[in-house]
Amino acid sequence: MDHTSFLERWFRRAALTVIIIFFMFPIFWIVLMSLQTNETILRSPPSMSFAPTLDNYTAILAGRLDSNVASMGIDFVNNLMNSIILSVCSVAVALALGVPAAYAFARHKFRGSEDIAFTLLSFRFAPPLLVLLPLTLYFQEIGLADTYLGLVWVYQLICLPLILWIVRGYFEDISPDIEYAYRIAGHSWFSTFRKIALPLAGPGIAAAGLLAFIFAWNNFIFALVLASADKQPVTVGALAFVTASGIQYGQIAAAIVLSIAPTLALALWAQRYLVEGLSLGAVKG
Amino acid sequence: MSAQLHLKSVNKKYNPGTAHEVHAVQDLDLEVGRGEIVALLGSSGCGKTSTLRMIAGFEEVSSGEVDIDGRRIDRLAPAKRGVAMAFEGYSLYPPLSIRENIAFALKSEKLPQADVNTRVEQIAALLEIDDILDKHPNAISGGQQQRVSLGRALIRRADLHVLDEPMGQLEPQLRAILRGRIKHYIKEHELTAILVTHDQTEANALADRIAVMEGGVLQQFDTPENLKNRPANIFTGAFIGEPPMNLFEAAAEVVSGNVELRLSPEVTLTYPSSTFSEELQNRIQQDHGVMIGIRPHSVQLTEEGLPAEVFANQWLGDQTHIAARFAGGSIVSVVHDLALPKAGDQIRIAISADDLHIFDTRSGEALSHGGQLA
Repeated sequence: MDHTSFLERWFRRAALTVIIIFFMFPIFWIVLMSLQTNETILRSPPSMSFAPTLDNYTAILAGRLDSNVASMGIDFVNNLMNSIILSVCSVAVALALGVPAAYAFARHKFRGSEDIAFTLLSFRFAPPLLVLLPLTLYFQEIGLADTYLGLVWVYQLICLPLILWIVRGYFEDISPDIEYAYRIAGHSWFSTFRKIALPLAGPGIAAAGLLAFIFAWNNFIFALVLASADKQPVTVGALAFVTASGIQYGQIAAAIVLSIAPTLALALWAQRYLVEGLSLGAVKG
Repeated sequence: MSAQLHLKSVNKKYNPGTAHEVHAVQDLDLEVGRGEIVALLGSSGCGKTSTLRMIAGFEEVSSGEVDIDGRRIDRLAPAKRGVAMAFEGYSLYPPLSIRENIAFALKSEKLPQADVNTRVEQIAALLEIDDILDKHPNAISGGQQQRVSLGRALIRRADLHVLDEPMGQLEPQLRAILRGRIKHYIKEHELTAILVTHDQTEANALADRIAVMEGGVLQQFDTPENLKNRPANIFTGAFIGEPPMNLFEAAAEVVSGNVELRLSPEVTLTYPSSTFSEELQNRIQQDHGVMIGIRPHSVQLTEEGLPAEVFANQWLGDQTHIAARFAGGSIVSVVHDLALPKAGDQIRIAISADDLHIFDTRSGEALSHGGQLA
């Protein structure tokens, strides 16, 4: 780039640096906190010099919550497993239901199709608590309260509209003629969907799935109301760190690092798809 | 010649029963013989592409029947119709190489790999895409993609080949070469083809017969020759031919052994009545007058004749279009050399009775061509 001046490049770098610091600093600080004891964290003024310790991590993974007064059991590893089970299952179900539905909405205009699609989107408008209270009563009656099945079902309120609307856009961007060309060569519409539409919308589906996964992973309120201790995900489980004898910052930090690790790893791995999927639109025909 | 494709009063209505109803194709009857190449010609929105898509199965037929090879197909899935199609938007499969894209069309024929390769090589050589076979669709130009799309349709042995604007994106020279080759290929393999185009030259060069459509209605279905020499109505007369036909309203009268066509108070064309049959003489003497058409190529510049004033002279490299004020309107004449009249010059024009097309002003139907009843 010959025509960008030195000043322009310098400003660009400075701006990028500011943005990176702004977004990365909390994560960086939490990683630092997770390597300190509560005493060094709370000292004033804060300092960067400390002897790093992995005590917080070992305590959490061993299921102990150590405070200066007492030690009590927590089930963080179980919470982490719950988060993984709930998020993975929710996204899997939402993909299985949402992708075919998105294809139908994109390709076939039938009576009321827009209304149905909009209704599905409107699930995201309602304040969750409004839905949750009546839902709790129903779930208790039909025995779905405090089950993985029930939670995965409720998580569809988050995942399904997201996947449906993002993926629908991708299907709409694929020229229908590509599918026609395949069908006229002697293939059924189902094999056209599998062999042409799905692969072409692949990056979009991956991006939507990943976003849905992150939303599901970060969800707090559904699990707080509907799940008991043994079904709680990390977001709810973290409440246990607020104890009678104070807040265990070091262990909270370690727990946060452990709980953002899977989504962070997933996002880094799928970064290419995410950028491609969310910015490019689908493949040009 | 038995009919390979038969459309029987086919209608297409979009949004039926709503305020946005569009009657895109109206009572279309069309027969395409086995081994014949037929072009659907018309301007945008004339219903030609809707017709094509109904044949291929991407649009439902609102009413009517479509038969291919004696088999009713308008309710069948596209896969079961035995139709191969080249799409205007190319529609190549992005993940596959060009070779795979073309070979893909042969999948349902279950040929041995060696045969598939030979056929792909053959068609690639025909369309001059043999050097890009291993590239991917997004790495080649629009014109190349269009040829691949065409190859993907032509390589099949289908009951009917449907080509939607098959050469719209090609460079003129290549287009001219490929027209000849494709026509030869279709004839050699005894394929039946129906193509959609808005390019008359392409339709003339490729098709055995041309169906001219306008406003969803078939105007005329005939050989290129007849479309030019015997247009069925004012629309085809004006639509076919470049530059377009000169049209004048005229009052016809038979006066003392002569047929007089009065184009304006000053301009009257006079012919001996023997050049017009008696029946024709009766038919053109209508109260509301007739419309006469003369092809620009038939307008003769002569020493004596009717006066006209030149207002434009356009040299196109191999012919000259001279536009002149005549009978209250304008008339265009084509001269096959660098003609001299400049704007403002007076010229004299003669029109032979053999070159006259006479139409009914009200119905638009042709009454006569060169003195013969239509």
